[in-house]
Amino acid sequence: MSSLAQGSQASAKSRSEVDKNLDRGFIWITKLFAIAIAVILVWISIQVALQAMPAIQQFGVGFLFETDWNPVVNEYGVLPQVYGTLFSSLIGLLISVPLGVGAAILLSEDFLPGKVKIVLVFMVELLAAIPSVVYGVWGLFVLVPLLTNVGKGLNATLGFIPFFSTTPTGPNMLVAGIILAIMTLPIITAISRDALNSVPPSLRQASLGLGATRWETILQVLVPAAFSGIVSAVMLALGRAMGETMAVTMLIGNSNNISPSLFSPANTISSLLANQFAEASGLQVGALMYAALVLFFLTFIVNVLAELIVMRVKRI
Amino acid sequence: MLSSNPVKNHKRIMGIIPALALSMSLAACGGGDQATNTATPGAEASPGAAQEATASAPGKLDLGGNVQLTGAGASFPAPLYLTWFQTLNQKYPNLQINYQSVGSGAGVEQFTKGTVDFGASDVAMKDDEIAKVPADKGVILLPVTAGSIVLAYNLADVPELQLPRAVYADILLGKIKTWNDPAIAKANPNAKLPNTPITVVYRSDGSGTTGVFTKHMNAISPEWKTKVGEGKSVKWPVGIGAKGNEGVTAQIGQTAGSIGYIEYGYAKQNNLKFAALENKGGKFIKPDEQSGAKTLESVTLPENLRAFIADPEGADSYPIVSYSWLLVYKKYPDAAKAKAVEAMVEYALTEGQKAATELGYIPLPANVVQKVAAAADPISAEYKISVGGGAGGASATKP
Repeated sequence: MSSLAQGSQASAKSRSEVDKNLDRGFIWITKLFAIAIAVILVWISIQVALQAMPAIQQFGVGFLFETDWNPVVNEYGVLPQVYGTLFSSLIGLLISVPLGVGAAILLSEDFLPGKVKIVLVFMVELLAAIPSVVYGVWGLFVLVPLLTNVGKGLNATLGFIPFFSTTPTGPNMLVAGIILAIMTLPIITAISRDALNSVPPSLRQASLGLGATRWETILQVLVPAAFSGIVSAVMLALGRAMGETMAVTMLIGNSNNISPSLFSPANTISSLLANQFAEASGLQVGALMYAALVLFFLTFIVNVLAELIVMRVKRI
Repeated sequence: MLSSNPVKNHKRIMGIIPALALSMSLAACGGGDQATNTATPGAEASPGAAQEATASAPGKLDLGGNVQLTGAGASFPAPLYLTWFQTLNQKYPNLQINYQSVGSGAGVEQFTKGTVDFGASDVAMKDDEIAKVPADKGVILLPVTAGSIVLAYNLADVPELQLPRAVYADILLGKIKTWNDPAIAKANPNAKLPNTPITVVYRSDGSGTTGVFTKHMNAISPEWKTKVGEGKSVKWPVGIGAKGNEGVTAQIGQTAGSIGYIEYGYAKQNNLKFAALENKGGKFIKPDEQSGAKTLESVTLPENLRAFIADPEGADSYPIVSYSWLLVYKKYPDAAKAKAVEAMVEYALTEGQKAATELGYIPLPANVVQKVAAAADPISAEYKISVGGGAGGASATKP
């Protein structure tokens, strides 16, 4: 584009019709692509909503507060799944945000020699390339046995705390949360690192010039300056965690109950959909679509919240 | 994204987001369990072989060109079907059959909509489902294989376990919570039952296996009937859910003190221990090919070939056994396809039954083979299904 612009400056009058048409065509094509994304999204939402209609009419808002999911008698409610979706994502983010942002700070500063840094960056990003079913299998065969033993000890000694109130028997909320943490790490690290890298060098120099220590520079200048990028990273990770299906299905236990304990099996909306869609019929399909719509809505709220946070920070 | 150049503006940052999302959604797609038989298309039928097909003789099926059949449905018989269709393709190189194990419900739906040439289901179609199939096509339900469902468990020191019907119902209902419960101990006086909690593992996905299993539970336990009921997915009183037979198998293998229902073939292949269950006659029966075959013999298939085996009679019958059905149309507009379907059924009923035992399925009794052959024969006027000649489990000749 820049060479094109230079060319037009040099000989403004000699631009041929073909050139102009090419430019116009390019603009139109990009517009078309941009609009296509929006159209696809709206189309999917409408389609999901239409298919959910029977369930929406049948259950209304009560769907969100019912705890039964019983295809035998056609009674559906998604409260346990909503709870599981939010709780497992929260566990995931509680672990991955400090880790990811920490890693991003390390990788954007000059603590390490360049070559080591490149290898580390590469490895973090490689995490994103592992198929989720592999995470699931790894979780099932490595993480679950490990955490079951640790969990039994925690339950025996600290069982009075609600978080540890049940005996772990295999897949549970905590395992799913930890896997989500690992899966969201590359997103948070990569985007936060880019955000930190893009903070103007003059800010850092000014801060150091005013006598701030490195601690102060990182925590009070660099991180706040890159805050909007870090928040988008976290929100993107949250969206990813809420929508993750395969690995979570393999590790969360797929049991529709609401328990504060980290060691009890639970369920998420996307697991529910993955599990039941293939063999669903009649009202069950509607209920599943309704559940999908709820997930849509949750993700939407998350994104709006992220925008609000970023806007507020920018105003300061 | 490897470069260490600082990104100069936020738009660049946002630019990598779709790329990340895409790479991850692609990764997530890897988890699907669609199995497709991609047998290589064979050579054209040699024109010299254009005789009236007298069946049974291999290589003499004349389809007048290449024929492709597409099927979809149950995942439980999928390993067997895929083996069948691959061998059948070697036998008749111009007949190619693709099968997608998308689940019984999806199979019935696709069959009803007419997007496939045949369907497959672990649960026979109900009357209202049959009514939805276009009348000009019609449907024939053909039981072509059968399988047992076992209660597999993970107890290191208990090689054999006997479960009375009231006991396994109570375990699954969550009323019996530990392995050394007096009710279990009474039925297994010599077993070293540990004082550990019982973890029930069930199928989290909707499945024909769950449908068959809960149908049996419904028949033997009134409390189950009122509290849980039967269906492809139900509301389980206790336990953890795992996806697919392989998921439940892995979960039971992982979790000490667990018990769950899976298909016999999976339990056998993965060396899981499974319980002998009390049958209707009060006898404890260990699931295997023989006890499964006994069950099938005790059931008389009605004229429409739909039999729901909820709680079989017979002193030596294993209690949880189910047929698996192929769904075919009564009429195919394409004569070659009609012939191909008959050839497929013929193969399934003869040589196919031999492969069944190896893979952990139960071969059909001879009288069932006859009935199925007779039911499928009218599909094509030009082809006669022959199951005689001692092939498979069938020994009687066709009337």
